[in-house]
Amino acid sequence: MSELIKLVEQDYAEARNKYPEFKSGDTVNIHVKIKEGNKERIQQFQGAVIQRRNVNTNGETFTVRKISNGVGVERIFPLLSPNIEKIEVLRKGKVRQARIYYLRGKHGKAARIREKR
Amino acid sequence: MPGVLGKKIGMTSVFLPDGKNVACTVIEAGPCFVTQIKTEETDGYEAVQVGYGSKKEKNTTNALKGHFKKANVDPLRHLVEFRDFKEVYSEDLNLGDELRVESVFEEGEFVDIVGTSKGKGFQGVVKRHGFRGVGDATHGQHNRLRAPGSIGGASFPARVFKGMRMAGQTGGDRVKVLNLKIIKILPEQNLVLVGGSVPGSKNSMVILEK
Repeated sequence: MSELIKLVEQDYAEARNKYPEFKSGDTVNIHVKIKEGNKERIQQFQGAVIQRRNVNTNGETFTVRKISNGVGVERIFPLLSPNIEKIEVLRKGKVRQARIYYLRGKHGKAARIREKR
Repeated sequence: MPGVLGKKIGMTSVFLPDGKNVACTVIEAGPCFVTQIKTEETDGYEAVQVGYGSKKEKNTTNALKGHFKKANVDPLRHLVEFRDFKEVYSEDLNLGDELRVESVFEEGEFVDIVGTSKGKGFQGVVKRHGFRGVGDATHGQHNRLRAPGSIGGASFPARVFKGMRMAGQTGGDRVKVLNLKIIKILPEQNLVLVGGSVPGSKNSMVILEK
């Protein structure tokens, strides 16, 4: 990518530094700002990170997967979105792939991720 | 309308304070130099000629070398003429004056951008004019999938009307996109961030018009 584009992106990438490091396999808790009419509240979304895309660009996103009422739910967050209030890393996972899509086919005990220690 | 010449650098996306993510084009705009001022008396009309982009002296024709020498500027790659420039470049213009983005545009303003679209070669009607093709691969169709269909009557008018949309060279045209918002200006690097896309490939010349 062009140096000049990086220069422009810098000004919009401050949010990057305020989050902890995390990668796929980690369990995270995302605090998202939700607007309802005039009111704003915080919603939490907790699950495993299954991928990070377009890393080190301003378009970087990550996908969080959780099981909600027996149904798998995946949510994609833009890393630099101002709607993300906070990212908490609850657990570091040990995985071999950068994109752990194989979790989608598994549930229950088989969908566990080993903890990194 | 007058404006500033520049070079398309590429695209990115940024989040605005209101939380919206906008696709943006980065343009290196200016600095431009005034190379000629045309007047009613000498040329029959009023205009200003503006140049942008450096070029080697050895690649410049002698005629142009003289032209640039008059304005006392280094050889420039692109020259464009603007009429009705008085309101835009406010101060009195002289030969060789430098025009910078931040003096012509401000953040939040809407600009029109002119560029040369990417050449696509000889294309059929589906790509070139958005025809839908036949839509059926079976039911008796054979090699008609992206065909234009009828181009007119047979016995009357017994000819094809002028301007009938057909296959041909696509892209490579001068295209103007209207009302793109300037999101940010970085004066030190001569960079402009505009919302939306801009015709042409990276490193191609674009004109930002007021």
